[in-house]
Amino acid sequence: MPKRNDIKKILLIGSGPIIISQACEFDYSGTQACKALREEGYEVVLINSNPATIMTDPEMADRTYIEPITPEAVEKIIARERPDALLPTVGGQTGLNTAVALAESGVLKKYNVEMIGASLNVIHKAEDREKFRHAMENIGLRVPKSGFARSMSDVLEIADEIGFPIIIRASFTLGGTGSGVAYNREELMEIAKGGLDASMISEVMIEESVLGWKEYELEVMRDKADNVVIICSIENFDAMGVHTGESITVAPAQTLTDKEYQIMRDAAIAIMREIGVETGGSNVQFAIHPQTGEMIVVEMNPRVSRSSALASKATGFPIAKIAAKLAIGYTLDEIPNDITRETMASFEPTIDYCVVKIPRWTFEKFPQAEDFLTTSMKSVGETMAIGRTFKESLQKAIRSLEIGRFSLGQVLPENLKDKNDFLKGKLIKPNSLRLFYIAAAMQNGISIDELYQLTKIDPWFLHQVKEIVDAEDELRNSAPSVELLKAAKKMGFADRALASFWKMTELEIRQWREREKIIPVYKLVDTCAAEFEAYTPYYYSTYETENETRPSTKRKVAIIGGGPNRIGQGIEFDYCCVHASFALREEGVESIMINSNPETVSTDYDTSDKLFFEPVTLEDVLHILQTEKPEGVIAQFGGQTPLNLARGLEAAGIKIMGTSPDSIDLAEDRDRFQEIVRKLNLNQPDNDTARDVEKALQVAERIGYPVLVRPSYVLGGRSMEIVYDPETLSSFMERALLVSPEHPILIDKFLEDAIEIDVDAISDGETTVVAGIMEHIEEAGIHSGDSACILPPMTISAPLLELIKKQTKMLAQELKVVGLMNIQYAIKDGKLYVLEVNPRASRTIPFVSKAIGVPLAKLATKVMLGKSLKELGFTVAPHPEYVSVKEAVFPFNRFPDVDILLGPEMKSTGEVMGIDHSFGLAFAKSQMAAGFKMPTKGTIFISVNDYNKDKIVPVAESFQNMGFKIMATKGTAKYLKDHGIEAGLVFKVSEGRPHIVDYIKNGDIQMVINTSLGSKSSRDAYHIRRGALIYNILYTTTIAGARALCEAVTAIRSESWQVCSLQEYQNI
Amino acid sequence: MSLLKKERRALLVLEDGSVFEGSAFAGSGETMGEVVFNTGMTGYQEIITDPSYKGQIVTMTYPLVGNYGINDEDMESAGIHLEGFIVKEYQPNPSNWRMKKSLKSFLEDFGKIGIEGIDTRALTRRLRLSGSMKGIISTEIQDVKMLLEKVRQYPGLVGRDLVREVSCKTPYLWKKGAPHAGKLPSKKPVKKLQVVVIDCGVKYNILRILENNGCEVLVLPAFSTGDEIMALKPDGVLLSNGPGDPAALPYIVDAARTVIGQVPVFGICLGHQIIGQAIGGYTEKLKFGHHGINQPVKNVDTGRVEITSQNHGFVVVPASVGSKAKKTYHNLNDSTSEGMQMPLTMSVQYHPEAAPGPHDTEYLFLQFVEIMKKGKGKTK
Repeated sequence: MPKRNDIKKILLIGSGPIIISQACEFDYSGTQACKALREEGYEVVLINSNPATIMTDPEMADRTYIEPITPEAVEKIIARERPDALLPTVGGQTGLNTAVALAESGVLKKYNVEMIGASLNVIHKAEDREKFRHAMENIGLRVPKSGFARSMSDVLEIADEIGFPIIIRASFTLGGTGSGVAYNREELMEIAKGGLDASMISEVMIEESVLGWKEYELEVMRDKADNVVIICSIENFDAMGVHTGESITVAPAQTLTDKEYQIMRDAAIAIMREIGVETGGSNVQFAIHPQTGEMIVVEMNPRVSRSSALASKATGFPIAKIAAKLAIGYTLDEIPNDITRETMASFEPTIDYCVVKIPRWTFEKFPQAEDFLTTSMKSVGETMAIGRTFKESLQKAIRSLEIGRFSLGQVLPENLKDKNDFLKGKLIKPNSLRLFYIAAAMQNGISIDELYQLTKIDPWFLHQVKEIVDAEDELRNSAPSVELLKAAKKMGFADRALASFWKMTELEIRQWREREKIIPVYKLVDTCAAEFEAYTPYYYSTYETENETRPSTKRKVAIIGGGPNRIGQGIEFDYCCVHASFALREEGVESIMINSNPETVSTDYDTSDKLFFEPVTLEDVLHILQTEKPEGVIAQFGGQTPLNLARGLEAAGIKIMGTSPDSIDLAEDRDRFQEIVRKLNLNQPDNDTARDVEKALQVAERIGYPVLVRPSYVLGGRSMEIVYDPETLSSFMERALLVSPEHPILIDKFLEDAIEIDVDAISDGETTVVAGIMEHIEEAGIHSGDSACILPPMTISAPLLELIKKQTKMLAQELKVVGLMNIQYAIKDGKLYVLEVNPRASRTIPFVSKAIGVPLAKLATKVMLGKSLKELGFTVAPHPEYVSVKEAVFPFNRFPDVDILLGPEMKSTGEVMGIDHSFGLAFAKSQMAAGFKMPTKGTIFISVNDYNKDKIVPVAESFQNMGFKIMATKGTAKYLKDHGIEAGLVFKVSEGRPHIVDYIKNGDIQMVINTSLGSKSSRDAYHIRRGALIYNILYTTTIAGARALCEAVTAIRSESWQVCSLQEYQNI
Repeated sequence: MSLLKKERRALLVLEDGSVFEGSAFAGSGETMGEVVFNTGMTGYQEIITDPSYKGQIVTMTYPLVGNYGINDEDMESAGIHLEGFIVKEYQPNPSNWRMKKSLKSFLEDFGKIGIEGIDTRALTRRLRLSGSMKGIISTEIQDVKMLLEKVRQYPGLVGRDLVREVSCKTPYLWKKGAPHAGKLPSKKPVKKLQVVVIDCGVKYNILRILENNGCEVLVLPAFSTGDEIMALKPDGVLLSNGPGDPAALPYIVDAARTVIGQVPVFGICLGHQIIGQAIGGYTEKLKFGHHGINQPVKNVDTGRVEITSQNHGFVVVPASVGSKAKKTYHNLNDSTSEGMQMPLTMSVQYHPEAAPGPHDTEYLFLQFVEIMKKGKGKTK
C-alpha cells in the first residue's frame, strides 16, 4: 500500500528534558521519525522543550517549536500550524500523555487533526491497567492478579485478597514513579500513599507479586495490513522486581527453548491485535515462572521506548524510522532494509552476537538515597556492549560503564567482620553493584544454588559470571603466558584488568599483545547473521579470525563519544559529537564514530560513515584508530570521557584534533593555570590548599568565610561544599582526608552574592569569537549545570561585557584553543573573576547554538579540520532579538529522602529552554517546560533565612501588588509585616497543625520560596521543600530565583503568551 | 573450567581448502557432510533431531548454543540425523525448567561430534559467498591435506537418496504424541480423518499437529507405492519433509503421481519438491539454501507477509511447473517459489509445522483438514 496522500503536515511531540526514565532515546527516535517523514515529502512540525536534542536543530523539521510540552502550548501550535496529523508515539510517555490530553479535551477534533500510529482508544487500552487486563483475558493471557485503588481503604481491601508480597504501581506515571514492592502492611501503606500522590488520576494498582520470575521483553512491529514481526527478544539478568530500565539485560533471550519463545511470540502478536496497535512498534513485557514456565503478561507500551532504542542498536533494525513509515501507510514489505538493501523490513532480525546492557547509576550524587533497586527507575543512563559471547559482552559493558572497574574484580570493603553476612545482604536487596557482589560471593565460596536462592538470577547467568570469576582467579594465580593472554582476551578481559592481575602496566600488556599479534577483529551488525551482504558499516570488536572492516583511503576523522549518560555528562555532549559527524560529512571527510551509549543519535547507524559500537576506553579506542588510521580524533566534544583518553592516545601517536591535550591540562591544573592568570593579570578568588584540618582553618581564616572546599582528585563538582564556619570546615576536612589522605583539599574564597557568567567561545587559533555570554539566574556557588541562565545577559553593564569578551579572547590565545572553549566568570562588586576555564565543548553548546542560531559544534569541527573562522564567515556572534532561558531539570522525585537544595555539586539530569521576546515570558516558559504550573493568582508561601529577609521584601511586595496572598513562617512573617506586607502566619511542621505541608497538600499554596544557608538546613525547611516537590508546586530555593519567578508571573499575567518557531526567530 | 584446559582439538576443512580450528565439546572421531548454516537463535534441539539434516553438518550462526539443554518434549524424531554440529561457544551449564540433559550428552548418546571455538560468522560468510560446501570434521587427523583429500572424495548431496536412510522401515500409527508400532488398524476410522503420511524423514511436529486437529495419523515408509497408499483409502496424504536431493527420489515421485488428484494431498518441503516433479517440473540447488526461522514469505492470496521456518537446499524451478499449478507463496528475500496449489493438492516449500520457528502458517493444516472433510463428506 502506498503512503497516504491525504495528509501533508504532521506534528511530532518530543519528550522534553532528559529525566530519569526518559533520556536520549527519544531524541534518537524523534530524529529518525523527522528524517523518515521528510524523506517522504511530508511537512514536519515539531515541539520539544529540550534544546540539547538533534531533533530540535532547525534543519531537522520544517517548523521547530522549542516550547513547553503542555497541552496548552501544543494547542497554540496546532492553531497556528493546522497539521493534518499528530504522531504521538515517538516522544516517550510525555509525547503520548500530551497527545492523550489533546484528544480528550477535544482539541484534535476541533482542528481536525488525526492521531496516527496509535489512536486514543489504543493508548487507553494499553495504558489503563484495568482495560489492559480485560483485553488480555479476552485472548486467554494472564496478567498478575490485581485491583485498582483510589483510596487507602481500597488499597487494604485489595491487598487482603491478594496477599503479600504486593506490587504497587501508580497509574499514568513515568518509569514507575510511585511504584514499589511491599512485604508488609506498613510498607504497603507508605508506598501506596506515594503512588496515589504520583498518579495523574490518583489511582494505584495493587498487584500480585511475581518477584523472582524471569523477565522478558519483545519488541514488536505491526503494519496496517496486519503483518506483525518481532524485532528483538530481550532477557533480563535481574529477575522480576527490578524495573527493566534498572536491570542488566541481554539480547537475544538466552534461556528459552524455541517452543517457549514461540509461545511468547504468539502472545505478543495476539496482544498487538487485541490492543489494536494499527501501525508501529510496541514493547511487550512478560514474566515466566522459573520452575513451571507459567507465563504472565506484565505490560505493553504502544510506542517506541527505551527498549526499542536498545533493540534497534542491538539488531541494526531502525524501529522508530520504520514506525514512522508505517504510520503514513506503508507496509513492512514495501520498506527496504537499509542494511542489506536487497531485503525488505518485513522479516525478523537474527543476530550472531550477544548484547549486554548495564544501567548507569549515580547514587554517589545523592548520599541520602539508598542504593536499592526496585520497580521505580533510578538509573540515569546505560551502556551497551556487543561481543560474540555473553562473557565477552558483559566484560566490555563493565568497562564501558566508567565506574573505575575493568573487571568483576574486588568489590568488598576491607576489614569486613563477616563477609558472607555482608554479602548476603547485598545479594538479597538488588543494588547498583550487585553484579560485583555476586562475583565476590563466588570468590568467597557461596554456591550457585545459594546465589540463585538469594538473587533469583537464572543459574545460566550465574554460571557465566562464575566462569569469568574462575578465569580471573586463574589469571591472578598464574604466571603470564601467551596462551593465557589469548584465552583471556577471548573472554573479554580488558588490558587494564590483566595488568592489575599480573602487576604489569596497561602499556606493557598492549605491547606484548601486539608483538604476539593478539589483536581484535571487527564484525558487522547486519540484522541477518551474515545471510545477506551488509552495506551499513556498523561494527563491534571481538577476538576471532576474520576481520570485516575495510578501511577506506579517504580523508577521515574519528569522533570519540561520551559513553553512558550520567549527571554532568549527557545528551549535550552527544549532540556535539553528532554535529562533528555532520560537519565532517559537509566537508567531505569520512566520519568514524566510537561510542557505547545505545540511547543516542551518535550511535544511529546512519549518523556517521562508520560506527564502532565499543567501550570508550583507551584500549578499545586505540584498536579502532590503529585499524582505521584516521587523520586524527576529535576528543573535545564527548565530555570528560574522551578527554581522559587524550593523553594516552597522543602518547600512542594519535593526533588529537584542535586544542592540544596539554592546553586542556593547563586549564585543569591548578598551579599551571594560576600562572596564566597571573601572567594575563586576571582575577581569581583567593585560594589555597590544605592537607590537614589546622592548615585548612588557617587558610579559611586568612581568605575569609564562606569558602568553597573540594578534594582535588574529583571533577565536575563532586563532593564540593560551601562552608560558612570553622566547625563545618573541620568536619568536612576530617571526612575528606579520611577518604583520600594523599590528596590536598582545595580551598577557594566563595564569592557570595556574585553573579555567575558562563561564556562559550570558539577559536581557530587566530580569531576568537565569543559566541554566547550567559548570565546565571542563581548566584555563584550553584553548579553551572544546575543554574538557570539567560542569553543575552540582562544586568551586566556594557563595559563589563566588553571585559568578558576581552579576557575570553586572551585566555583562548594563551591556551592556543582550536575549537570550543567554555569559561565561568563571577562578578562581584563590579569586579570580574575567572572561576574555571575548559577548552572543550561545554554543556551549554546546544543551548547557545539554538539561542544565537549558529551551529557552534559544526563550526568548531571545521576549524579543527583547518578552516579559519574567517573562511567560515563567523567572526562576530549575532545578537539575537529574543531572550533565551535555560532551566535545569532535577531527578529529586526519584529519590525519596533527598533534599532539593542546590549547591556546587551538579544534580540535574536535563534542561529545557524557554524563548520569548521578554525575560519574564522566556523564564515563565522555561518553568512550564520544566513541568511547573505558572500561578496567576493564589497564595505564595515565603520562608527565608535571616540573611535573605531584607532581599525578599520587594519580591513579596510585587506579589502582593499582583493580588497574591502571602503566607510565611513566624520570623519571615514578622519581618514582612514590619516592612508593610500583609503576611499570614503558618506553622512549620514542628510547630503544630495545620502546618505548611498541610496547606501544600490541600492545594492552598501556589508557589514556595524557601532559602537555607549552606548545607545546614533544618528538618522543618526540608519538609517544606519536599512537600513542594511531591505536589509539584513551583518552588525556588534562592532569592535570585524568587525575583525571576516574580518577573515571570508578572509577564504571564499581563499578556497571553504565544508560541513561535525557531525558524521564525532565526529568519530561516 | 580452566582457561587453558583444552578440549579435544578439532579441525573443520571445507572442500575449497579453508580450514577452521576449534575443539570438540561432544564426541570424537571424524565426520563428513555438506556444511550449511542455520540462522535460528533458538531451536537447536529441533534442528539436530530433524531428519532433513541427514548428510549435513550444521553450523549455528547464533554463537551460544546449549543454553537450555535438551528436554523430552521437543524431539522432532527419535534421534539425531545431522552429521556434525558446529558452534561458536558451547554452554556447559544449561538452565531451563524442562531441561533433562545437556546437549553434549545428547549428541554423545547418538555418537555425534559437536565442535566449538569456530569463527562461525567467518564460516557462514564463506558459505554465503562460495555456496554450500562439503566439509570434514576430525578430532583425529591434524593433517589438513589428508582431510582435504578425503572431503573431496565425499559424494555430497547432489543425486543422493538420503530418504531411504531416515524413513521408517515399517508403517506405524502416531497416537498420543508418540509412534506406535505394531499392527495397523484393519478398518478405517469412521469419524476421524485418516491421513497417510509418507515418511521421507518426517518431523514429529507434523504428526502432532495432524493428531491435534483430530486426524488419525498413519505413517508409511517412503518406498510405499501409490497403489499401496491408495489401498488404505486415506482421507488425505501428506508428503513429508526429508533430506537430500529431491531429484534422486523417482520412486516417491511415482507414488505421488498416483495419489495426486485422487485424494487431498499436502506436501511440505521435500514433499513440495516431490509434487513439483510429479506434475512435470524439476528442482535445482540453491547456492546456500534457506535454513532459519525468520524467512518472510508473501501469501499471494491475502497479500500478507508470513514469517516462516525453512530448511532446504533445493527449490522447484517455477518455470518448470508453468501453469500446471497456481503459485501461492513466494519468498520476499530472494523471490523463490514457496508454495503451489492445484485442485485437492497443496504444497509449501517452508515448514508450517514450525518446530523450530514461528506459528504464522500453521493454518495450512486446518486448510488441509477442511479439504479432507469435504472429501470425506462426498464418499459417504
